[in-house]
Amino acid sequence: MVLAGWASWSFDFNSLNLDALKYRTQLKKPKLPLLTLPNSYISTRGNRPMTIRNNITVPLMNLIKLGGTPILQQLHLEEKLLRTSSLNWCIVNDGTNVPTVVMGMSGVPAELLELEPVIRDKVPVIRRFTGGGTVIVDHETIFVTFICNKDDLPSVQPYPRPIMDWSGLVYKEVFNGIGDFHLRENDYVLGNRKFGGNAQSITKNRWVHHTSFLWNYDVRNMAYLKLPSRVPEYRSARNHVDFVCRMKEHISRSTFIERTVEAIGSYFSVEPIKLETIGTQNIVFTPSTRLLSKEELSAAFGSQIENSCSERVLS
Amino acid sequence: MAMRMWASSTANALKISCASKAPFALPRCFSTVLDGLKYAPSHEWVKHEGSVATVGITDHAQDHLGEVVFVELPELGVSVSKGSSFGAVESVKATSDINSPVSGEVVEVNSKLTESPGIINSSPYEEGWMIKVKPSTPTELDTLMGSKEYTKFCEEQDASH
Repeated sequence: MVLAGWASWSFDFNSLNLDALKYRTQLKKPKLPLLTLPNSYISTRGNRPMTIRNNITVPLMNLIKLGGTPILQQLHLEEKLLRTSSLNWCIVNDGTNVPTVVMGMSGVPAELLELEPVIRDKVPVIRRFTGGGTVIVDHETIFVTFICNKDDLPSVQPYPRPIMDWSGLVYKEVFNGIGDFHLRENDYVLGNRKFGGNAQSITKNRWVHHTSFLWNYDVRNMAYLKLPSRVPEYRSARNHVDFVCRMKEHISRSTFIERTVEAIGSYFSVEPIKLETIGTQNIVFTPSTRLLSKEELSAAFGSQIENSCSERVLS
Repeated sequence: MAMRMWASSTANALKISCASKAPFALPRCFSTVLDGLKYAPSHEWVKHEGSVATVGITDHAQDHLGEVVFVELPELGVSVSKGSSFGAVESVKATSDINSPVSGEVVEVNSKLTESPGIINSSPYEEGWMIKVKPSTPTELDTLMGSKEYTKFCEEQDASH
């Protein structure tokens, strides 16, 4: 069972030097993962770095690979890159360090969580900046995030459905020949079982689409979550264990990550970059993603008990 | 193209909003665009009456966003800037920024949207208004699109995808 303490992360995101990164990608010739032309070079469209592949201009995407980074830190990075960068990013985090509940922007703890065990076991609870539902993530979750300029994917309208459909094409390629992958309503499924939760945030010119993939999970952690009031139709009243599946039964972690990077290469010229090499600069940004306090969870638990008592009185 | 414009004009004149779930709906739904409003390229509308400008999102926007389940709006007295985000809506697992078409001070917020965010879908131009702003630079409204220009803008956007 989870015995995590209340986390307080102190990663200094103001130190990210995004302008330095822009110059770096403008000056350096890319290592193209697919066909490489002898005369490939960097150009720019507006302020966005591009490269030439088979006489077609292809936008650059910076790939950051993380391993076990705390999910709060990852979400802060995503939100900062969405709001303050003009570049495209793919972030892959191979697991997070402690089991953590992550709710969507409008999540209400009293409605979504079994607060008594959450508080008892000191499970961190985060409210993230994207929409969507509640997940519990841990070291066996694989996170994949795309942060894109809408103009670098001109065939994708910057609305939830078109973005979701595009991501479905990417992952269809990842699972080609491996599993019966579909985008079912708003979920990624293998067969008719969900294996990943995804969500988005859309600004005027950019969007982020991120997914937490259940490569494996501890069924005991599902006990921290209530059954949500809004469920997709294809769930058909199945309980959690019958509704979700483990990706490990279909693909290894490393193969999944490799194939995802390869699939993205159909749309972008992917440039791996280490987080620590981005540099330092004073970009002040306050993320909306945050860890809920003990007091907030206790207050929510109080209201959960009150509502429960009221329901018993009325029934 | 001509049929589409005729249907759009007819729907507009009749103030009809084409519900995508209606059994008689065409494969491509025509969003309502009202005369008398101004429109931003990020799909917000503004109605300037006296010293107050009312802001919301268009029928095109609500149709593309899907069912709105949550709305985040600013507090009274907050300053908004033309083209910058003042709030967000949540729909289909996505949060989407809402950008102000004008600069100014927020003087009223539609509190009904907290309990009933779906009003934005059912009545985007009337009950689904989001904020009222006291414009600091009324001439900003002159840079926005009129109804015909916005209709054409939406058609071109949808046709290109």
